[in-house]
Amino acid sequence: MKIKADTGRCVGAGMCALTLPQVFDQSEDDGTVVVLDAEPPAALGPAVNRAVQLCPSGALSVGR
Amino acid sequence: MTEATPRLATFPLARERAFDPPDELARRRDEAPVQRMTYADGHEGWLVTGYAEARAILADNRFSTRPELLHSPIPQRGEFSKEPLTPGFFLRMDAPEHTRYRRLLTGQFTVRRMKQLEPRIHEITESRLDAMEREGAPADLVESFALPIPSLVICEMLGVPYEDREKFQRDSAVLVNLDSSMEDVRAAVQDLLSYLHGLVELKAKEPGDDMLSGLVAGGELTTEELGGVALLLLIAGHETTANMLGLGTFALLTNPGQLAVVRDDPAAVDNAVEELLRYLSIVHIGPTRTALEDVEVGDALIRAGESVTLSLGAANRDPERFEGGDTLDVTRPAHGHLSFGHGIHQCLGQQLARIEMRIAYPALLRRFPNLRLAVPARDVPLRAKMAIYGVHRLPVLW
Ligand code: SF4
Repeated sequence: MKIKADTGRCVGAGMCALTLPQVFDQSEDDGTVVVLDAEPPAALGPAVNRAVQLCPSGALSVGR
Repeated sequence: MTEATPRLATFPLARERAFDPPDELARRRDEAPVQRMTYADGHEGWLVTGYAEARAILADNRFSTRPELLHSPIPQRGEFSKEPLTPGFFLRMDAPEHTRYRRLLTGQFTVRRMKQLEPRIHEITESRLDAMEREGAPADLVESFALPIPSLVICEMLGVPYEDREKFQRDSAVLVNLDSSMEDVRAAVQDLLSYLHGLVELKAKEPGDDMLSGLVAGGELTTEELGGVALLLLIAGHETTANMLGLGTFALLTNPGQLAVVRDDPAAVDNAVEELLRYLSIVHIGPTRTALEDVEVGDALIRAGESVTLSLGAANRDPERFEGGDTLDVTRPAHGHLSFGHGIHQCLGQQLARIEMRIAYPALLRRFPNLRLAVPARDVPLRAKMAIYGVHRLPVLW
């Protein structure tokens, strides 16, 4: 599992950081997503998918 | 949609039961989640009541929020006026203009920043509860608790003197009152803007440790633009969380089993807040968007230039997404509700709102374990004519 984040699309709503703080954070300047762990353990898969689903701007995606 | 279905003429606002969206909207959703609706000006637009369809439209930048393109779904003025835009009022802008403003502010509303505010929100909450105790029962929970907490917080964050609140709370109430005349709305906006422009000038001379001072010092926005940004944040900070706290407490008081969970189980509170947001869906009409090109949504082909009005309340009760959604169940997984919107305009202040509610509901219920309504539930005055739904007053005893 590999997380891709498009900061150009991100609107800083923070749903990712709220859902999965081990994996996502937000930049102090403009609130856009910071991926802390781009290849999180497989056990976090469902939670990552949930964060991707909840992102309002479609900034997050998961590849393999 | 069957041809026999009469076309809905304008968006229904009257709610048959205090916590449920208008029955007509639920009926329409069960027939067809996207269907035709005649708008107040005769425009043949659309009504969207399904969860998946509403979410798809909110995430789709082929739908515009610009006021000059919108038709109003209600005969009253609503929030859908075609008045020229106030500079800086980015809720009514599409990308990329919207992006510029949003980027300047998002850093101020991160999850981490909001967590740092927690101790201060606790303090504010406790001091309101102390005051309630001192003054004694009965109290109007809106005036003594639900409104002051978010108002104090947004005023402190923005750097707006709380002493001036009477003035802007009055103007803000005119803006969200769907029965206000256009003249009154225009006057209230002007009044608020001239107040805020004065404040911006003051912050330029005597900067403080607040958001408005920071934006002034950043130098990226003109005084006019800063006024519009401050106007948006001030109104949003006032009308939304206050109504969630008022209406949410009312809902809990009439569902004692659910209330007990929020009061007694700290681990249940975060989810309970999501469920209250979903169940109550206080955005009373809209949002409305206009298609910039032809877009297919579900079975419907929405043509360029046609307006669509969503019912977040009906969408958040869609049985396809939330099983048994007409029941308040604070233990259901309620994440993914549309109460903060979706897409690029999803509420900027949502993490602040969450923290305020996560602190305020349990603090209130623990301080006053005997909290109860001071009047019969049917006598609680509901905000049926306001853009943001809720209660006008909530008389309580303890
Ligand atoms: S949820 Fe999406 S829009 Fe929000 S901060 Fe994360 S990546 Fe950005």
